[in-house]
Amino acid sequence: MLGRLSLQAIPYDNVIIMSAVALMAITGAVVVGATTYYGQWGYLYREWLTSVDHTKIGIMYIILAFVFLLRGFVDAAMMRAQQATAGPGQSGYLSSEHFAELFTGHGTMMILFVAMPLIIGMINLAVPPQIGARDVAFPFLNSVSLWLTYAGGMLIMVSMALGQFGTAGWTGYTPFSEQAFTPSTGVDYWIWAIQISGIGTTLTGVNFLVTILRERAPGMTLMRMPIFTWSALITMVLVVLAFPALTVALGMLSLDRFFDFHFFTGDMGGNQMMYINMFWIWGHPEVYIVILPAFGVFSEVTATFCNKRLFGYKTMVYALAVIAFMSFGVWVHHFFTMGQDALRNSIFAIATMIIGIPTGVKIYNWMATMFRARIEFKQPMLWTLGFILLFTIGGMTGVMLAIPGIDYKAHNSEFLVAHFHNVLIPGTIFGMFAGYTYWFPKAFGFRLDEKWGRHAFWGWSIGFTVAFMPLYVLGAMGMPRRMASYSNPEWTPLLWVAALGAVIVMYGIVCQIIQLISSIRNRHRLADLTGDPWGGRTLEWAMSSPPAEYNFPVIPRVHGIDAFMDMKENGTAYQRPAEYGDIHMPQNTAAGLILGIAAFVFGFGLIWYIWWLAILAGLVMMGAVIWRSCTDDVEFTIPADEVKHIEDERFRKIALASQQTDVIDSESRGRVNIDGEPLSPG
Amino acid sequence: MATTDAAAHDGIRAEASQGTVVNFGFWLYLMSDVIIFSMLFVAFVNLSTNYAQGPTGQELFELPLVFIETMALLISSLTYGLVMICLRQGNTKWVQGWLLITFLLGVGFVGLELYEFLHLAFEGYGPQRSAFLSSFFTLVGTHGTHVTFGLIWILVMVGQVAYKGLTPAVASRLTRLSLFWHFLDIVWIAVFSTVYLGGMYR
Repeated sequence: MLGRLSLQAIPYDNVIIMSAVALMAITGAVVVGATTYYGQWGYLYREWLTSVDHTKIGIMYIILAFVFLLRGFVDAAMMRAQQATAGPGQSGYLSSEHFAELFTGHGTMMILFVAMPLIIGMINLAVPPQIGARDVAFPFLNSVSLWLTYAGGMLIMVSMALGQFGTAGWTGYTPFSEQAFTPSTGVDYWIWAIQISGIGTTLTGVNFLVTILRERAPGMTLMRMPIFTWSALITMVLVVLAFPALTVALGMLSLDRFFDFHFFTGDMGGNQMMYINMFWIWGHPEVYIVILPAFGVFSEVTATFCNKRLFGYKTMVYALAVIAFMSFGVWVHHFFTMGQDALRNSIFAIATMIIGIPTGVKIYNWMATMFRARIEFKQPMLWTLGFILLFTIGGMTGVMLAIPGIDYKAHNSEFLVAHFHNVLIPGTIFGMFAGYTYWFPKAFGFRLDEKWGRHAFWGWSIGFTVAFMPLYVLGAMGMPRRMASYSNPEWTPLLWVAALGAVIVMYGIVCQIIQLISSIRNRHRLADLTGDPWGGRTLEWAMSSPPAEYNFPVIPRVHGIDAFMDMKENGTAYQRPAEYGDIHMPQNTAAGLILGIAAFVFGFGLIWYIWWLAILAGLVMMGAVIWRSCTDDVEFTIPADEVKHIEDERFRKIALASQQTDVIDSESRGRVNIDGEPLSPG
Repeated sequence: MATTDAAAHDGIRAEASQGTVVNFGFWLYLMSDVIIFSMLFVAFVNLSTNYAQGPTGQELFELPLVFIETMALLISSLTYGLVMICLRQGNTKWVQGWLLITFLLGVGFVGLELYEFLHLAFEGYGPQRSAFLSSFFTLVGTHGTHVTFGLIWILVMVGQVAYKGLTPAVASRLTRLSLFWHFLDIVWIAVFSTVYLGGMYR
């Protein structure tokens, strides 16, 4: 009846896991209790869980990402503590099995449940308004994607309390991830968490490709799109091409595990190398999927806070496209050491190095934009500057690893760990923090506290440097990655330094939490009344903050790059239309939520071999899709009167803001045109 | 920008292009499906001689059966074409009629495939026997699963045509089902050539 699920599946005897589970249960109980106490279930359900509004979906993605950032960070800190205390003659405080779960979980979560939801969240928040659209092309599909991502994430959460998570690393290399070597639930949790959320991501890719190609405002040609939208477009091309490859690789691995197929097994003709090729056909583009949107954010931020048009717009676009194209041609550099001939290694080595060129072009473009600009050192700009400095180091060590000769020495060593953290943290994570502080006022109507933001920035930057620079040295000293304990006493001091770095990063994270709480408490002082707190250049700043459900009461007409800056310069930015029309918007629906819950149950049933449950959940999913596909009337109308009412309120706020211009100018720039003169409200 | 002109433009755009937007999205979804099948083909070609001392394709495949299967699917693509012609003429009855005939041909295809699979499994040549058979069952089975979902979709559409008539929304869904059905036909031609013909005349 319950497959292989029994009470023995709960790891009672592990104090560390049980205290984490207790913490999770308490947090869950507090959230549920508070929601009940304040009677907010109805509000939560109507306004959020069933929402198809891109802003709300974006916010929910980002919330998921931050929860998993905390979990992923705790895993990282535990690994650092283990390695610091597991030197010669000591064994640390973790079993090697638990350590393996930690590095598998950390990698899986940070890539797929932190980086991906952050990126998709930012894209959801910013792309539709940047192209002057009211919503994405398929709002319901957007909700499905969100809840599939949540379903995958919740499977990882459950793995902590019931059974265990994978021990085969976030790449799940065969044959170790095969049934013969890891018969427990771990790899299955890993498979289904990624599989379900990955399908959600593929759907997001389709959705945003159509949105960007078909929903642009009149006048917004491709070469007038903001760079962030460009980066989203190109990222989504990668998503649609790469994620199905992951789906297939994981599908074959699950057939091997569940039904004794022989795709990747060691016997009966299976080919282990095929898994590794297939995994990286997704995995390599994936590293560009998580970095390109960050490049987009940095471009927006640099232009805005330098108050200049971005230098080399076209080269920026071409660089993005070239990077994306090449990302499919370099996957073999992940296994230079696995016995291909030298010619093949050389081809992929050269291809890998060539990607450095367009990336360098982008760095020079950002620097040229800053050249002789009056840079405003607000939080988003700080993250950008930190990125440029640190990412360049990571990029250079990447070119080193692209040399097969060096790779033979450094492969699977701490050098590699240092390298990819050195690109992913300053790149993706700093990029998303820049986006978070940049678009936060747009999503919520108030800015984030500057002071705590600066503390967070320095905590992360210094902590990152202290934590990861020693790993380069350790790698050069020959320390392999993923070691639960070791016998070389020379490594211990540097591992303590790395652990100290993790503590400093924790300071940064604590500051971010304080920043969020204190900003919410001071939201009236930090309010963004105009909708344009930074003197923005692109269309999302032409809406109110937070945006009305329909984004734009009238779809704007675009005349060039930096459409909103154009309008401000021409004095057309805050004009009111002669009259408002009715607006049709998609209705909220529970179908996406139901699909997500069913997908979670489906995955859970399969992990524990509870076949009837999996079949039942599969039928529910199919039913939900059929039900939805038979529904014709999915829109509702916001009458013109109501639009006028909402817009009146918006202009009242703008007028209020212009009375307080002095106050606002002391904290942010308020709305000024390019010459620094305040603009009159419309 | 802020004129009623723009508002009118927006409204017209929304009305006129909704169908094409959804179709475009469906095309992109099909492209992601192409990747899925490409990966499965790569796996099959890679493993197609890994018999593990087991039987080869030459020993297992029965071309006459596969030929009938192929004909059923190809003809079903033709009959779906007739669905679309009748849809354009607004002929509700024949839309339903051709949909049902397409459905029956599809059922025939899936039935023959199931027969082949079960037959092989009972003889001890299931997907567990060798990597070649694993990849064979997976590639052909994935296509068959797609056809099965297509069959469910056809049934749903027969119901929608019956209850709603040929409304623009229903017509638009029939168009996408048509894309899906022809797509599966194209994939099958690749399966037929690579797996069966390739296996027989290696």
